[in-house]
Amino acid sequence: MKIDLNVDVHHLTRVEGHGNIHVRVRDGRVVDARWDVVETPRFFEVMLKGKHYTTAGILSARICGICSIGHCLASVRATESAFGVEIPAAARKLRLLAKHGETLQSHFLHLFFLAAPDFLGAPSVLPLVEKAPEAVRLALRLKGAGNRLCDAVAGRTTHPVSLQVGGVAVLPPRARLLALRDELERTLPDLAAAADLIAGFEVPGFERETEYVSLLGEEEYPFIGGQLVSSDGVERAEHQYREMTNEYVVESGTSKWCRLSRPSFAVGPLARFNNNHELLHPEAKKLAARLGLEAPCHNPFMAHVARLVECVHVTHDTIRLLEELVDLGEAQTMVKVTPRAGEGVGAVEVPRGILYHHYMYDDDGRIMRANCVIPTTQNNANIHHDLPVLAERFAVEGMTDEKLELLCSMLVRSYDPCISCSVH
Amino acid sequence: MKYLGIEPKRLRFAVFEFTGCEGCELQLANKEETLLAFLMAIDVIDFREVSSARNGEYDVALVDGAISRADEVERLREIRRRAKVLVALGSCACFGGVNRMKNACDLEEANREVYGDHPKETLPTRAIHEVVPVDLKIPGCPVSKAEVERIVQHLLFEVPYQFPVYPVCLECKQRFTVCLFDRGQLCLGPITRGGCDAPCPAGGLGCWGCRGQAAEANIDEFQSIARERGHSEREIAERMGFFGGFEEHS
Repeated sequence: MKIDLNVDVHHLTRVEGHGNIHVRVRDGRVVDARWDVVETPRFFEVMLKGKHYTTAGILSARICGICSIGHCLASVRATESAFGVEIPAAARKLRLLAKHGETLQSHFLHLFFLAAPDFLGAPSVLPLVEKAPEAVRLALRLKGAGNRLCDAVAGRTTHPVSLQVGGVAVLPPRARLLALRDELERTLPDLAAAADLIAGFEVPGFERETEYVSLLGEEEYPFIGGQLVSSDGVERAEHQYREMTNEYVVESGTSKWCRLSRPSFAVGPLARFNNNHELLHPEAKKLAARLGLEAPCHNPFMAHVARLVECVHVTHDTIRLLEELVDLGEAQTMVKVTPRAGEGVGAVEVPRGILYHHYMYDDDGRIMRANCVIPTTQNNANIHHDLPVLAERFAVEGMTDEKLELLCSMLVRSYDPCISCSVH
Repeated sequence: MKYLGIEPKRLRFAVFEFTGCEGCELQLANKEETLLAFLMAIDVIDFREVSSARNGEYDVALVDGAISRADEVERLREIRRRAKVLVALGSCACFGGVNRMKNACDLEEANREVYGDHPKETLPTRAIHEVVPVDLKIPGCPVSKAEVERIVQHLLFEVPYQFPVYPVCLECKQRFTVCLFDRGQLCLGPITRGGCDAPCPAGGLGCWGCRGQAAEANIDEFQSIARERGHSEREIAERMGFFGGFEEHS
């Protein structure tokens, strides 16, 4: 039987930003398969030039409406590294809590609002408000807890205010920390219910051997700073990030692409899991085993499972950190900052993968050069290279344009792309 | 869903995004404690970031982001033709936002710096009202969801919405936030329109003016006091130019 398939998605829905999918199958063979980023470019690296160090984190947070906390954290870390600033222990805990809050709100937004409708046969979460209000309330409780954590420690979820060069400006009062701990503990049964829901998702059987890049945890599952590692065995220090990313400009889109040992690599929850799964909380490991997630996993669709596994880890770690902060009592959270000429890199694992900010400063603490490498920029080439293999795998009898379009869309969504970010 | 015995009409909403971070439309999915009631009160017709459904006509178009490419101008004009009410959502849509800082650079040089030998199409950043007429502007970076809820209530009951005329300072006093301007930080609170509930000073960061100018703000006097307190001309100008909300004064 002659199998011809056409997929043309203009401005894919349920992803952040604007991208197009184009696939052509003729006689069962893929003759064309493309992922094109068409988002308008914003030139943040140019706007950062000349900015004072106190402004860099505030401006670079605006690169992304979902992972603004991650951008702010990478930014202040790059600046602190350039100035040789060491932040207090309490500030380190607060920053990790802000990071955890962002991971929770972003992963739950993606799992329930952006990804779940595909598995439940709905165009969006909106029809589910009336059809499955309990599931929606579950999603809102989980996502809300993440947002309230961000509000408490970063001052705001989108575009944080308290994460500043030198530490964290405000230590939340003890009562608020305890209330957050109680709220997070109450979400543990909700996490179990979410696991039951996701266990019922039919994950497409598709694998393509991929190189995975992430931070390398030493004692803890990594989120802020440290060594860089790839599953193909490349290891570099944080400041050598360029050797891990090798960004290059492509003709067709406004996002750059990246490569390492192969034509493309992937970052994100699956990369973190594959490279650091031994450091997960025991409950998170248990859930991974129950949902069939085993390292090394080369099925991009399993990133959804990895997200939930990370949420379980992060929830337990948040409870631990909140208790440690309460025990610390009235602790110092900021140190005095003296700018100096120099350069620094900050690497942070944001929900979609590893993010780098790199600044060069003059004597007055103003930026001379800035470079930001975004997770989706690193994933774009991998999405592009997944597409033909996916189309080939499913170009079988019974496949229709509509079904292949859904599969391709689901593939792109499994990376949870943040496209505005990638063309910062 | 009745309110005081009255069934409000359900308005058909669509959400569109242009040059920006999409953080403002993300706020629509935040404030989880009232989100279900919010979604029951409106019909979401077209919202690419959260829904694959695209169902045609709408009453209210919420537009997030600034305009910086020719295809965006075309898309925006089409949205204007179809929308009864066009709302600029957030500081990028209202003022151009941080994207406006790009306009101070040589765009060809900027393109070379970022993209090398493969320059991408880009235009100077414009606010939505500089391209098509706008019916309502909701400023903020990001917008305050609580304020968006209040505005949507007013739209449903066809009552005009009055933005606060007072500055951010008033809300700091209401929250018992210690004045950061008095403690030596530059803060645009005295001249910036309130209504956000002043989250930045409460989190230890002086106001950056994302909501634009308060009514009857005495800009000249503010600048002279800020200078007296040791803030440089450059610092004040950069702060006021950050979101584009004080365009006529920077």
